[in-house]
Amino acid sequence: MLLGLLGVQPSYGYDLKHGYDRLFGREKQLAFGQVYAVLARLLKSGLIDLLGDEAGAGPDRKRYQVTPTGRDEITHWLFTPDIPSATLQSNLFAKTVIALLLDADAGQLLEAQRAEHQQRMRVLTQQKRGADLATVLLCDHALFHIEADLRWMDLTTARLDELRSEVRR
Amino acid sequence: MSTSIVPVATEPAATTGPLLSARGLTRSFGLTEAVRGIDLDIAAGEILAVMGPSGSGKSTLLHLLAGVLTPDSGTVSFDGDRVDGLDEAGRARLRLTAFGFVFQFGQLLPDLSALDNVTVPLLLTGVHRRDALARAHDWLGRLDLAADGDKLPGELSGGQAQRVAVARALVTEPRVLFADEPTGSLDSLAAEKVMLALTDLARASDTTVVLVTHDPRTAAYADREVVVRDGRLSGTGR
Ligand SMILES: Nc1ncnc2c1ncn2[C@@H]1O[C@H](COP(=O)(O)OP(=O)(O)OP(=O)(O)O)[C@@H](O)[C@H]1O
Ligand SMILES: [Mg+2]
Repeated sequence: MLLGLLGVQPSYGYDLKHGYDRLFGREKQLAFGQVYAVLARLLKSGLIDLLGDEAGAGPDRKRYQVTPTGRDEITHWLFTPDIPSATLQSNLFAKTVIALLLDADAGQLLEAQRAEHQQRMRVLTQQKRGADLATVLLCDHALFHIEADLRWMDLTTARLDELRSEVRR
Repeated sequence: MSTSIVPVATEPAATTGPLLSARGLTRSFGLTEAVRGIDLDIAAGEILAVMGPSGSGKSTLLHLLAGVLTPDSGTVSFDGDRVDGLDEAGRARLRLTAFGFVFQFGQLLPDLSALDNVTVPLLLTGVHRRDALARAHDWLGRLDLAADGDKLPGELSGGQAQRVAVARALVTEPRVLFADEPTGSLDSLAAEKVMLALTDLARASDTTVVLVTHDPRTAAYADREVVVRDGRLSGTGR
């Protein structure tokens, strides 16, 4: 997520934290320590690098930017649908918001995700056929949860323009 | 190239192509462009879900495929033959003999019993009354309605009424079943019963199904889905 935000523009750790908190930190804000730990990891794996000649300064004086490898990583992350699961939603929301910030096709990533969800629902529906009641009820539990995600995606798709103008404020 | 003395197995041409095929379909109502250029192939025996937001053009697409509406431009072929060129009588005949329909509600004739409702399409195609009654009774049984044949539609639950509608749609053993929100007014269990019966019976008789729904659980009974947005297909399905 931080990598995606850095993709919008080169930033200091401080600005990144506040950008994150504004978009995703409603429940829990990021600690500075976390931000610098993630940045160090991204730096090490070559997804970001330091901008200009500020390399010698302290951690709060460094400005970071995404490398071409980092760009590829962002695109891959955005457009690879996630496996439907209970923890999916926050990630999908983040992808959608970051896609809007990067001017990438947020509608397309939602469409790919809805196809992934619908496919999973077909598999579960198939599993219910001829199964014992316990299996049927377990499949139904999963089906209702995936359906809830799908409905959220449909609603979000319908409101992408609205969301775009809000996150870009 | 050598001439083979072994006879080549004859492939029936009609079964190799799609059963239903649409190319460049458009249809407007006044200033509203309901369908704006749709290409779609549906294989014989396939169960296809058509999804998409309200007002996106799903029902219009279904009506175009079924020859209920004619397109402003583009073509619809069924089993290799053009449907869009037929006159109203030709399309009515096709709908009666080759297609079956299930809608969200309000489709049973209120003054006829469940059994009589199911006999109607048979009588219209010239089946004798006694034969029609026997077949209708048989289909009600397959939909778990053997005891409800004498009831009027007003005396049936929503789920029962939908299953009568499924029986009525399938009793003529159509090549294609068109269903528009068949579970739209039902709770989860009743919807499941309708969809299980509809898909099981369609598969058993090799009937192709075009299923318009905005309900993901209902769409999950299909083999594949397409998504209509603003009169165009967006999801390519799998
Ligand atoms: N007979 C008609 N006369 C005028 N406008 C129509 C007619 N049928 C459909 N439309 C318009 O065409 C557009 C597509 O309608 P359609 O019924 O195909 O949508 P839908 O996807 O089936 O929606 P829903 O999920 O709400 O049933 C809508 O804007 C609708 O108002
Ligand atoms: Mg409709």
